[in-house]
Amino acid sequence: MSGNRPWLAPLLSLVFLAVFVGLWHLGTRTSVGEVIVDPEYAALIGAAAATGGQSAMPGPGDVVAKLWEHVTDPFYDRGTNDKGIGIQLGHSIARVLIGFGLAALVAVPLGFVIGMSPLVYKALDPFIQILKPISPLAWMPLALYTIKDSNISAIFVIFICSLWPMLINTAFGVASVRRDWLNVARTLEVSRLRTAFQVILPAAAPTIMTGMRISVGIAWLVIVAAEMLVGGTGIGYFVWNEWNNLSIANIISAILFIGLIGMVLDNSLARLGRAVTYKE
Amino acid sequence: MTQHFLQVEGLAKRFPGARGKDDLTVFENIHFGIEKGEFACIIGHSGCGKTTILNVLAGLDQASDGVVIMDGKEISGPSLDRGVVFQGHALLPWLSTLKNVEFGVRSRWPGWSAKEVEAHSTRYLEMVGLGQALHKKPSELSGGMKQRVGIARAFAIQPKMLLLDEPFGALDALTRGTIQDELLSIVQATHQTVFMITHDVDEAILLADKILLMSNGPYARIAEIVEVTMPRDRTRSTIHHDPQYYRIRNHLVDFLVNRSADYAGASLEGHDPRHPPVVRPGLGGGGQVAQVVELPRPAHQGDKLSPKPSVSHASL
Repeated sequence: MSGNRPWLAPLLSLVFLAVFVGLWHLGTRTSVGEVIVDPEYAALIGAAAATGGQSAMPGPGDVVAKLWEHVTDPFYDRGTNDKGIGIQLGHSIARVLIGFGLAALVAVPLGFVIGMSPLVYKALDPFIQILKPISPLAWMPLALYTIKDSNISAIFVIFICSLWPMLINTAFGVASVRRDWLNVARTLEVSRLRTAFQVILPAAAPTIMTGMRISVGIAWLVIVAAEMLVGGTGIGYFVWNEWNNLSIANIISAILFIGLIGMVLDNSLARLGRAVTYKE
Repeated sequence: MTQHFLQVEGLAKRFPGARGKDDLTVFENIHFGIEKGEFACIIGHSGCGKTTILNVLAGLDQASDGVVIMDGKEISGPSLDRGVVFQGHALLPWLSTLKNVEFGVRSRWPGWSAKEVEAHSTRYLEMVGLGQALHKKPSELSGGMKQRVGIARAFAIQPKMLLLDEPFGALDALTRGTIQDELLSIVQATHQTVFMITHDVDEAILLADKILLMSNGPYARIAEIVEVTMPRDRTRSTIHHDPQYYRIRNHLVDFLVNRSADYAGASLEGHDPRHPPVVRPGLGGGGQVAQVVELPRPAHQGDKLSPKPSVSHASL
């Protein structure tokens, strides 16, 4: 159906967007509210609050204007609480990549060992089962107390939440390498190290990449919450700061950027995954 | 006691039984020998442990009892001396045809340069008619081509012995015939020693010098060794004109259909698993299968005496 009309789906997307923006616009139309408080008090608390019934929810136009502001000047730095959204996103991405990278360095080799040795698997399984379902944020106080550095604590939280999917997927991928392929390596007297790198790793690579993709997705979810807690820099802190400023337009802009970056992260790992996928 | 090139002595495989039950003995008392340059096929119903025997020969599996000696050395693990062609071809799907063969060649001759490895591997792929498909991935090849790559990979390491586990089982009849011809000509040219599992009686007669008949499991054993007495320069297109062909074929089918279950459990009267009777049904007159194979021997009679001229006993 959509085969011969490839423009149909994008068109429908645009229609959905238009309907959504239209409803949003209708919902936030500014009605000139009458001043319901004492004029002197109104002057004191500011015009916005003085309009009483009017909400702080911006219309689509306000958000687009705000977005444009952010896009044209993403890297300004006017002190602790006023940095460009590009700088904030940069901090978050850096934390995610460092935490994720460290987790990969631990999870892939450890997953290899677990996958190759049923004994180690059985020995570590209870720990993994208990540690895996813990919300990464629950580690935060422990991390802050022991590490005594909010930035490193945030990275630790990312590390912890990225670890499990990669660990479990690597172990599963390694354990389910086809017996035949291992037998081929054995009959050809291929050394254990060469077998690990030239048979098991490529055979398990698609499963490992799937684990990485899940991990990076979770890491990007968690970083926002983590930064709301630790503060200082990052997109999570930005969102919380703008909540304190009651600048909903800024929050919506930040939400859109978070979604965008998450999509880019996911897509790049999906692409890497396709590069190592083989057809049997 | 003559030493065969490959000597299997008293091989047995038992699996520990579930709680309170006896061990399950798949086969025991397996004795046979294969000479250098000989092509041996093993035939038997599913579950008699053929693949286990092959895996023990390959060094991939451990027997519960018995030893296997090849070229004067006991087999204790996998070795480049024995090339294996797996039932499901077992090619590494992320490597091209050429790289799959190179994988083994590099392991066999670690000192070779990349160029030497490639030239050697290419030669063996050309031998199985895959010179045009060097850089294709296994997923782009047909089933027959994949199995050819598996054969090339096994031949390329120039093993002392080739082990084939039902290599053509998954192929259609036409492809199977073509690859059988190819294998036949390669083996005839290289005088490769081969041990092969098959379910196909015709395939066994075409390829083998001798056919080991296995009785049904559990307690499977080598029931008989059938020598294929037809001249070695056989071809698939003419073999069935040889008068021996149907005599051998009838004998094999008769064994598989009627007699393979007789050996289970208690040993058949007069059957000595250490010296399974060697029969040559191809030479028997009139093709009377029953005549050829009957082997009631009074106990304690001289080993070399056999009631029919076409029946003798393997002397180990």
